[in-house]
Amino acid sequence: MNSRESVLLDIKDLHVWYKVYGGYLKVLNGVYLTVREGERVGLVGEAGCGKTTTMKSILQILPPKDSKIPKGEIIYKGKDVLKMNFGELQKLRSKEIAMIFQDPTAALNPVFTIGVQISDVIKYSIAIEERKVHKEKVRTQAIKALKEVYLPDPQRMLVNYPLQLSGGMRQRVCIAMSISSPRNLLIADEPGTSLDVTIQDQILRLLKEIVEKHGTSIILITHSLGVAREITDRIYVMYAGTIVETAPAKELFKNPEHPYTRGLLASVPEISGGGIARGIPGRIPDYLNPPSGCRFQPRCEYATPSCQEKPPQLFEIDKDHFVACYLAQR
Amino acid sequence: MTQKGNSEILKVINLKKYFRIGKDKKGPIYVRAVDGVSFNVKYGETLGLVGESGSGKSTIAYTVVGMYRPTSGQILFKDQNIGMQAVRRPLSLKKEIQIVFQDPGSSLNPRQTIEQILKLPLKLHTNTPKKQLKEKMVELLEKVELPPDYLYKSPPSIGGGEKQMVAIARALAPNPSLIILDEPTSALDVSVQAKIINKLMDLQKELNLTYLFITHDLSLMRNVADRIAIMYLGKICEVADSSTFFEKPLHPYTQMLISSVPVITDEEERLKPKKVVSIGEIPSPVNVPPGCSFHLRCPYKMPICSEFDPEMVEVASGHIVRCHLFDMNKNEGQ
Repeated sequence: MNSRESVLLDIKDLHVWYKVYGGYLKVLNGVYLTVREGERVGLVGEAGCGKTTTMKSILQILPPKDSKIPKGEIIYKGKDVLKMNFGELQKLRSKEIAMIFQDPTAALNPVFTIGVQISDVIKYSIAIEERKVHKEKVRTQAIKALKEVYLPDPQRMLVNYPLQLSGGMRQRVCIAMSISSPRNLLIADEPGTSLDVTIQDQILRLLKEIVEKHGTSIILITHSLGVAREITDRIYVMYAGTIVETAPAKELFKNPEHPYTRGLLASVPEISGGGIARGIPGRIPDYLNPPSGCRFQPRCEYATPSCQEKPPQLFEIDKDHFVACYLAQR
Repeated sequence: MTQKGNSEILKVINLKKYFRIGKDKKGPIYVRAVDGVSFNVKYGETLGLVGESGSGKSTIAYTVVGMYRPTSGQILFKDQNIGMQAVRRPLSLKKEIQIVFQDPGSSLNPRQTIEQILKLPLKLHTNTPKKQLKEKMVELLEKVELPPDYLYKSPPSIGGGEKQMVAIARALAPNPSLIILDEPTSALDVSVQAKIINKLMDLQKELNLTYLFITHDLSLMRNVADRIAIMYLGKICEVADSSTFFEKPLHPYTQMLISSVPVITDEEERLKPKKVVSIGEIPSPVNVPPGCSFHLRCPYKMPICSEFDPEMVEVASGHIVRCHLFDMNKNEGQ
């Protein structure tokens, strides 16, 4: 493990709102997230908690007309992404950060061959004036990437269309695209969710291997704590647009502190049997009128009147273990 | 499998369901969605049917409910043959078998109110007097822990978990004895899933229901099912009690499945068979490989596997495996 102390990405107090009929959906409400170089970070939360919104705001690919970032900073290598101009953003997207999406079928264009799509990615990582010269280089780089994700017969793969491949193979192609040119940060948004368990296992092992080999940092977004446990060093638990708890992966599973994390862990069925806990009552809040104070307070069994007044801040209870709950501060 | 007179509520014998998808020079091409499946479901138990996408588990569910007519084979429900289309099936039998679908968002009509949704099965299958219909519907909602004012809501205005609860209430309305649960929680979050599964388990005890539970989630199955059947490409690989299943998985595919499940504690990690690493992909059900359909991905592959399809072998009481590894052991023993 090569977790050097230098910080690659630092998200501070990020707020993102979406415009809808009747006002703004206040989806993100102060997200803090830090990724160090070579670190494997997991972002875990249930559907609709803002995981993907956070990631999209890092790359600035939120719908420009309907979204608004009223507050916050996203510092990547010392520069604020939110203040970058178009050219800088393009560089960020083509050379620094790569994203792997949940559904490979939707992420690949069905009317172009794999070869065309993967060379596009490689071309944009090369300076414009050199692009034409390096036609052969692009091809070998593409084949190398396809080999690295263990796709059989990479030469033939280049002329295949996404429709000719299975779901697992398509996801491998997407991973190949993201590593086809050197990147510093990979964002994998639920990379195995749309696949079967045995295939998901293969994809996760592949991602782990690639990240270790290249020393790339990765943010793995997932709704499954089990998946996060398999490959990450550090886990952020998200609920309704806020980070409620963060700790090194082992510590989080050993000593979960936030009531939400505990409820989530108890809800996961275990293969050793023993039944399933009662789950967490209620549901994720309405973002149009979110509850005052702590956003988990309406569903929390330990809620006190003070929870309704002010949202709790992340508080360090142990080394590197932060919890946003008044309960832990007492 | 033991045959104790009348103790099985559902018997499926050598069920086959092929779908025609086209034709070439040799003749029509079929997808063999279900290819010779036999299993029994006992009264009051939960049989888990586990498999990856394309393994034919939903096809079995739909055939039992009567949405499809089997290509061949028999389905006996309470010793009556129900291998006919739903149209020809007597109403009294339709009432007995109900289904809960995977996605409550599309299985409930968004333009109807919950009242309309629950009223139809009550009117069709029970002779509840008109005046007591509302009372009965409130009772159904109470069973799934929803307040009575939900009668006037429509599906889009309630949460995913609540929608699935309504779908369960609808399945309960005609007072069935067998409910088929086709991935009832795979579209939902874990915290919501826990709530629904617990409710289903309570209802099973309270109303004496039998469940045929279909899912791809093995760890969920461990906590829910009494017995588990694993399917791969239209065939059953292994049937066993759920505890033996996780302690002593025999079929290589089962071992691969269990070792692929992401878990959250170290104790569980130790339970997983480490030897079998997932390789390869599921072949398309149109071109099922000859011999054992799993031989392309199997780490213990032998020459015989690509030639002959193995038979079901009972290795211990109630533990059935379809694999040449155990076929041979048995022959040697004799």
